[in-house]
Amino acid sequence: MSTAPLVEVKNLRVDFPSATGVTHAVRGVSFSLGKEKLGIVGESGSGKSVTGRALMRLLPASTKAQADVLRFGETDILHASERQMRALRGRRIGLILQDPKYSLNPVMTAGAQIAEALRAHRRIGRREAREASLDLLEGVKIRDPRRVHDAYPHELSGGMGQRVMIAMMLAPNPELLIADEPTSALDASVQAEILRLIEELVDTRGMALMLISHDLPLVSHFCDRVAVMYAGQVMEELPAAELHKATHGYTRGLLECLPSLTERRPRLPTLNRDPAWLAPRP
Amino acid sequence: MTGPTSGSPIADVGTTTAAVKSISPHTMPAAAGAPPPKPGAAQSRREWLLTDAPASRSQAAWGRRYQVWLAFRRNKLAMAGLMVILVMLGLVLLAPLLATHDPGIQELGNRLAAPSAAHWLGTDELGRDVWSRLLYGGRITLGMVVAVVLLVAPIGLLVGCVAGYAGGIWDRLLMRVTDVFLAFPRLILALAFVAAMRPGVESAVIAIALTAWPPYARLARAETLTIRRTDYVAAARMTGASPARIVLRHVMPMCLPSLVVRVTLDMSSIILTAAGLGFLGLGAQPPLPEWGTMIATARRFILEQWWVAVMPGIAIFAASLAFNLLGDGLRDVLDPKQR
Amino acid sequence: MIEIEKLDIRFGATHAVRGVSFQVSLGETFGLVGESGSGKSTVLRAMAGLVQEWTGRIAVNGRPLARRRDRAFFRMVQMVFQDPYGSLHPRQTVDRILSEPLAVHGIGNADARILRALEEVALPRAARFRYPHQLSGGQRQRVAIARALIAAPSILLLDEPTSALDVSVQAEVLNLLSDLRAARGLTCILVSHNLAVVAHLCGRVAVMQGGRIVEELDEAALRAGRAAHPHTRDLIRLSHDLEGMTP
Repeated sequence: MSTAPLVEVKNLRVDFPSATGVTHAVRGVSFSLGKEKLGIVGESGSGKSVTGRALMRLLPASTKAQADVLRFGETDILHASERQMRALRGRRIGLILQDPKYSLNPVMTAGAQIAEALRAHRRIGRREAREASLDLLEGVKIRDPRRVHDAYPHELSGGMGQRVMIAMMLAPNPELLIADEPTSALDASVQAEILRLIEELVDTRGMALMLISHDLPLVSHFCDRVAVMYAGQVMEELPAAELHKATHGYTRGLLECLPSLTERRPRLPTLNRDPAWLAPRP
Repeated sequence: MTGPTSGSPIADVGTTTAAVKSISPHTMPAAAGAPPPKPGAAQSRREWLLTDAPASRSQAAWGRRYQVWLAFRRNKLAMAGLMVILVMLGLVLLAPLLATHDPGIQELGNRLAAPSAAHWLGTDELGRDVWSRLLYGGRITLGMVVAVVLLVAPIGLLVGCVAGYAGGIWDRLLMRVTDVFLAFPRLILALAFVAAMRPGVESAVIAIALTAWPPYARLARAETLTIRRTDYVAAARMTGASPARIVLRHVMPMCLPSLVVRVTLDMSSIILTAAGLGFLGLGAQPPLPEWGTMIATARRFILEQWWVAVMPGIAIFAASLAFNLLGDGLRDVLDPKQR
Repeated sequence: MIEIEKLDIRFGATHAVRGVSFQVSLGETFGLVGESGSGKSTVLRAMAGLVQEWTGRIAVNGRPLARRRDRAFFRMVQMVFQDPYGSLHPRQTVDRILSEPLAVHGIGNADARILRALEEVALPRAARFRYPHQLSGGQRQRVAIARALIAAPSILLLDEPTSALDVSVQAEVLNLLSDLRAARGLTCILVSHNLAVVAHLCGRVAVMQGGRIVEELDEAALRAGRAAHPHTRDLIRLSHDLEGMTP
């Protein structure tokens, strides 16, 4: 247990059957994750979110997920009972979604939602729960936790909402935090703050982080390792610090097609999608 | 779920495959060209309809209709509904050929006879043949339902969409009128209207229509309120289109599916209201056969001579159920995203 | 060509835009930058005639605009929206979407024009009879651009045209926009939160905060980071930070 990584995924395949045929969303993804920060980067449709959801088994019922190994801790996720999965979700794996506007309950105060998350996993009293949620709000660096505690989601800004969301996810002290585009709905200034917060919390609490995003430079800045996905496969996996040494055409293309503020370029290089990238890889 | 990038994985993947598909070069089928497909080999007609790259607007339109049909055909329940309705319409239209007796002829010596070779579904309290009355009655009942729907759906849709899109004083005015109609119990209002006019099928239709449209208007307005804030309506305004054009061509088609479902759910209650009016002597007048009236008059014998009331009951039940199934299937098929 | 003077927009109690003034000359691309809630999109929507609760003066070619716009205005001014998933009618095919402006303005020869418009935005012919949901995000935004340009406007308003797209698709759409702008001599106003995108397309930029323009500067000053206002400097620093993450 001490040597085995927290998460192990080997040859994960996810298929979505539809009326017109089967769509292969994930085609043989393998990675392992210890107490570290892994970034999963790719464009829309690359299968990055599906991979994250497969780990929590949060895919539609008609989906077919197969893998040689899909393990979290000592739980075999493919064969776990729904009961075991419920114990896993929320308590041991936290999920942060893109837009707090949709993932927070609009008719409950922020504090009540955090308290509920706390009480779902621990038997504590009302007063105790309130204290604990105020602590959590402070933990996500909200300057005025009392006001936010009693506020409804629509009274909070996007960044504040996302902080509440994070506090909620941290309540049961999970071992793994999956953040699926946690900042794409936020302003650039808030974006950096939230990611820095997540990074810090993950470090101090010794959690594992899986950061799913389309923004390669941003992710590499906050992660130890980056896996670049395209069309359901991992194109390249490399330490974030060595991103500039990326060799794969797709990774390079993603980096180069960004417009730059410092450098004037009349035309942006576009990504030439090489059909060879689609070939199955070992 | 969450948005364009992380969003619903199925949709993401779907668009990727669509993109890949649309880029690949296409070979045009030989038959591509003018409308209706040439009745050559069945295979080529199917190809002509299902091609990825229609050559003309009419080919695209026919192809779309064909795909709607294919999608509809996959829905077994909806197909069953459609079949039942087609069979009923066939029976009703061919009533003069299929009826074994004149629906009005009384045979008082043979009252309330049980089903037999001479009277397949028995006779009623005046000795009239139930089978024949059912066939002719279907003409009136189904005719009333269709007439009510044709009157009600467009009125409700128009009132609701205009109120929702125009907003302000128009909204308040139209919705208060709707509320007034909504506030009256349906049957009482219909009664008042029929009483003011001459009792009969036509007045019953108008009376039911008058009382049935407000829910449609409410529904259409609620939908319009969300639709008018969308970017595609803003884009339609940016084309310089008049409000009338936007309501008719951009807003109404979006309200249609929920309306279709609501209409099919209402079919049975329309039949029952018609029956109620008939029972009170304000709908179809005797000796006209009408399913609701038939049940109403037969209720006295329901314990001893059950068939007299049960036969039209089955007819109403089958028609309502078939309309519901059809409506459900139509809603799925009307949404291009479902295909 | 476009003059906006002392534009003020209130929605009930919220004062969304406070005394915004700027001018855009013929053939220029003007950028409006700011964070969400800074009022930049509202300015654009008022200019487009989609927001009516404004006071001040909006003039095109020296002629002040009324609150209600006539058809001729929409022939001259067009807009591309942020979300290509929401700005195309979900029940209309590309063909129908592109023929709407032609029908409204009574422009003939629709068939040829639609084909040419599709070619211009590099969409395959097969896309013509498809529904928006059958296209990728980039293809949808191309359809939206084709719709905006099909009636040959001279002013194009761009509301975050690439922020809902993947970066590789963003590059393609930005290239397409600069090509079309050059080919047609368009005057554009671009609203974006992304300084790099704005610098890429615009010659002049106004930075908005809290409904006000806090600073106006040209591309060279923006790239060189010569900004006077602290908010502008913040935005530039953030953008540099993000770029610095690129190895």
